[in-house]
Amino acid sequence: MRTPQTMLDKLWAAHEVLQRADGVSLLWVDRHLVHEGSHHAFAKIKERGLPVAEPSLTFAVVDHYAPTRGRTKIADPQIARMIDTLRNNAAAHSLRLYDLLDPHQGIVHVVGPEEGITLPGLLINCGDSHTSTHGAFGALAFGIGATEVAHVLATQTVWQRKPKSMRITVNGTLAQGVTAKDIALGWIAKLGTDGAQGHAVEYAGSAIRGLSMEGRMTLCNLSIEGGARFGMIAPDKTTFAYLEGRRFAPKGAAWQSACADWATLASDGGASFDREVTLDAAEIAPTVTWGTSPEQALPISATIPDPADVPAAKAEAARAALDYMGLKAGQKLEGMPVDQVFIGSCTNGRIEDLRAAAAVLQGRKAKVPGLISPGSAQVKAQAEAEGLDRIFTEAGLEWVASGCSMCVGMNGDLVGEGKRCASSTNRNFKGRQGRGARTHLMSPAMVAAAAVTGALTDVRTLLEGRAA
Amino acid sequence: MAGWSTHTGKAISLPLANIDTDQLIPARFMSVPRSEGYGPYLLHDMRRDEAGQLRADFPLNGHPETSVILAGRNFGSGSSREAAVYALVDAGIRTVIAPSFGDIFASNAVNNGLLPARVDEETWKILQATTKDAPQGITVDIKARSLTLGAVTAAFALDESWATKLINGWDDIDLTRNHGAAIAAFKRTRSQTVAWAWPAATD
Repeated sequence: MRTPQTMLDKLWAAHEVLQRADGVSLLWVDRHLVHEGSHHAFAKIKERGLPVAEPSLTFAVVDHYAPTRGRTKIADPQIARMIDTLRNNAAAHSLRLYDLLDPHQGIVHVVGPEEGITLPGLLINCGDSHTSTHGAFGALAFGIGATEVAHVLATQTVWQRKPKSMRITVNGTLAQGVTAKDIALGWIAKLGTDGAQGHAVEYAGSAIRGLSMEGRMTLCNLSIEGGARFGMIAPDKTTFAYLEGRRFAPKGAAWQSACADWATLASDGGASFDREVTLDAAEIAPTVTWGTSPEQALPISATIPDPADVPAAKAEAARAALDYMGLKAGQKLEGMPVDQVFIGSCTNGRIEDLRAAAAVLQGRKAKVPGLISPGSAQVKAQAEAEGLDRIFTEAGLEWVASGCSMCVGMNGDLVGEGKRCASSTNRNFKGRQGRGARTHLMSPAMVAAAAVTGALTDVRTLLEGRAA
Repeated sequence: MAGWSTHTGKAISLPLANIDTDQLIPARFMSVPRSEGYGPYLLHDMRRDEAGQLRADFPLNGHPETSVILAGRNFGSGSSREAAVYALVDAGIRTVIAPSFGDIFASNAVNNGLLPARVDEETWKILQATTKDAPQGITVDIKARSLTLGAVTAAFALDESWATKLINGWDDIDLTRNHGAAIAAFKRTRSQTVAWAWPAATD
């Protein structure tokens, strides 16, 4: 009898061209996504006079430096140069480019799934750590550095040692106002930002099956914040329903045949994982970060810990984080004033995220300024068709075009020095949103709640009597 | 890229955990072409004040000859930006010693001749005690997986394939192109048996 296999085993075997004596595999890459930050890699292949090996499997997206206002004439010459460099590289190598004015432009990890570029069973690389997002479809998707991007461009393959396997099972039902973001911040707080280092994480259990594709993408996206380069979820009816009819997804008989193949990707019953973690969905509450690492997260009802009470190995980091964040041990998270809010990013910039934020903001005014940047032009159009943009602007928030925006600040959307921002993004690192910026990570609904009260707030108190 | 197997230089201690890639190089410097050098941006916002001047109290600033950094756990966590490695390498750093590294950072490091030397927590404490007051001379030997810091000799861990790559200074693209026939055969089989793995034709 065949040994039961994990989804990781199946995906790995399906892409292995060869394995070296030292155990490192050469893997075939089905999709390669590039962005403005890939300029180092294009320079490397140019230096060697090499073409892109598979232009039809390579897609270019303007996102990291995309201005969210004034797109037709870019004011900052450095930003204009970065975008022009990608345009030139895409043209030189005949790559499909999602440029600023393309109605399908957006953040690479939002555009890939929307366009059906992302499919179950594929190996997907991108020079961005949040490439784990695409694993939500049952793909082997992982972020790579510039040298590896150049290697994929030149050969359509990547060298990689197979990671260990880890399964995070979440059973039960999430309470109202609790989202995939809270599951992610919850497990990262429990296991640490290096808790899944060296592992590929598969998420399973009834709470995961119950998530929409948007929620699954949020969860897989944040795998890297727990140290895992890979996150994945077995494809099912939810996956197929999301993908059917997408531009680059298979059609007709090919679709039927693909779905049959994809249904076999799930881990076999009895497959063994190197590590197993189980969480109870009912115990997960709306969660916010208080420090400068995603592991420094707590339920909104908690108080900020005293570094003297945290494990010795993390005490110094906690002290440094409180100092940077301008916080004191024993302060309550709820009621902590914020200066501004941001909703967007590859983590939480999808239509479901905007709907959740709008459900809180409808008919209310924001007490602090804020920016909402949809994850793609398609998300923007959909939100406008549903009237969500009016809810945001009537609340006093700014509704802008799509891109990585204030998650990483490369396009100039920055949080000021010492300012406190409630943010739906993925990293609360020192300086991530701007030098001296103080980031609190949370779900889009929680960001909306913070906008309404001007302080960190349990969104559940604002959802009473409303459909979430 | 030139390979190397031993290095003798100066080590300093930077005993912070989770020095992420946003701290190693803030995003605003990443549009610079590599040829201009990334050294000045290394740990920019930690090392420099608001006016961009070096802080006298930051350990690295008093010792520009530093070539080895002893850092806390989870060094290089966060984004895949290889610029974090460029900043270290261009500032003259050859080795980072830590209890653990971000997975993507570690492979980026090896691709640029920078050794991510992993040590256990006990060893780390001893090395930290040795360097906490003043920089120390250090010798790193990749083949022996051993380092000598002041009077202390300790072992470090490194994936075998990474050791080979660092020592030989191999370039993966050249190696892989030797497997061109195997790749072409794999592609042919996959396109015949897994047709859905290619993007559907569009109008």
